[in-house]
Amino acid sequence: MSAPETSVPSETGVTIDRFSRSSRWVHWLTAIPMIVCILTAAVLYNGQISVIAGHRYLVEQIHVYSGFALPVPLLVGILSRAYRDDARRLNRFTSRDWAWLRSRTRRDGTIEVGKFNAGQKLNAALSAGSIGVLLISGVVMYFTDLAPLSWRSGATFVHDWFALGVGLLVVGHIVMAVKDPYAMAGMRSGRVPLRWARREHGGWAREVAGETGETS
Amino acid sequence: MPGESLTPEAVPDQSDAGRPVGRRVVIGLLGLGTLGIVTGTRAQDAVTSLLAPVQLHDPTGLSGLLPVGNTFRYYSVTGGAPTRDAATYRLSISGLVDHPSTLTLADLQAMPQTELVRDFQCVTGWRVPQVHWSGVRLSTILDRAGVQASGRALRLTSFDGTYTDSLTLDQARLPDVLVATKMLGSDVTHNHGGPVRLYVAPMYGYKSVKWLSGIEVTDTVIPGYWEHRGYDVDGFVGRSNGRSGDERT
Repeated sequence: MSAPETSVPSETGVTIDRFSRSSRWVHWLTAIPMIVCILTAAVLYNGQISVIAGHRYLVEQIHVYSGFALPVPLLVGILSRAYRDDARRLNRFTSRDWAWLRSRTRRDGTIEVGKFNAGQKLNAALSAGSIGVLLISGVVMYFTDLAPLSWRSGATFVHDWFALGVGLLVVGHIVMAVKDPYAMAGMRSGRVPLRWARREHGGWAREVAGETGETS
Repeated sequence: MPGESLTPEAVPDQSDAGRPVGRRVVIGLLGLGTLGIVTGTRAQDAVTSLLAPVQLHDPTGLSGLLPVGNTFRYYSVTGGAPTRDAATYRLSISGLVDHPSTLTLADLQAMPQTELVRDFQCVTGWRVPQVHWSGVRLSTILDRAGVQASGRALRLTSFDGTYTDSLTLDQARLPDVLVATKMLGSDVTHNHGGPVRLYVAPMYGYKSVKWLSGIEVTDTVIPGYWEHRGYDVDGFVGRSNGRSGDERT
């Protein structure tokens, strides 16, 4: 820890705002159709599960409509300033983000991280882009009148691989969240311990502390 | 920023605005996805041929989980079809025929057999190239039953209890429409719609009724399961479902 932080009085039990109500709603309202899409995709895709579950038309309808619902909260969220601010931070990669990604000891706090670390930024960008690709390829597959058969074959191909990628991203995201209960509490309640923020997101913690009048 | 490279931790978060890499990643992915869609089957075939040797020599079998495309995907519209074997399988021929009958698997196997090597094409895009099929021509079965003059179409039913489909008599009499008892070099497995399924080579997969249990000659075309849900009744590959001139792949 650098000198300015030691001057801050005891912060045990002190919590700070991490995620606004709007950002949390967007997160969870995206999470629900995402999980439904993944579960129904498993039924549609995997032969063994498919044979057990059957009911292809129903499962397909649930999958398709969850897919259509998926980008809605992400777009409606744009109405909220706090959400836009989070999106802006996720969008921008600084020189320290690249250093963080290259570093083997990225978790030791030497490279100070802002509100989001580079892994989170990458996850957000890859997830958002993949959701778009899955939506487009899904539409081409579902509305068979739209495009030539060759495009539907291409869309199936693209949908398969991007689905695999998104599945891995979501599993990775959940694993990381489960490993860090404070991070998860941040997305559940909106607040995190200041001490945790200093350790995991030092730059952001100082920014927040600065705004609340504490000198850094 | 002076000293940024030396003590990056001293730089406030907002001073280094960075670059919009996130947006570039999103746009890049959208471009990649679109390219994959319009490249269509070529991209799929390229990846398949690239992965084929890997899958062949993969002792773990994990690569089988990869969505490489040119494999069958198992579609069932019900909670599961009952299992039928040589002893319990029955195919009923009914409706506007002179000789209604019920055929066993052995009856079908005793009839003249036809072999085909043709693609299986799903309307949603996936395709299994060069599948080996064998069975009895549907026209043979119709001729033996003696279709009456008023017969115009077939209503095909499945012993899954739900799935139905239709063919006009002209379509049913095409030489590459089989009541298949073998596919992929062995008996039709349960998951593939065995022991007996239909294979309508010139049409999309939804016309190839799995777990075939009934052939009824009717005087009109009665649309089947997926056709009530938007697919064309005449499901010719490349000439239906909104398309007129697609090349058969």
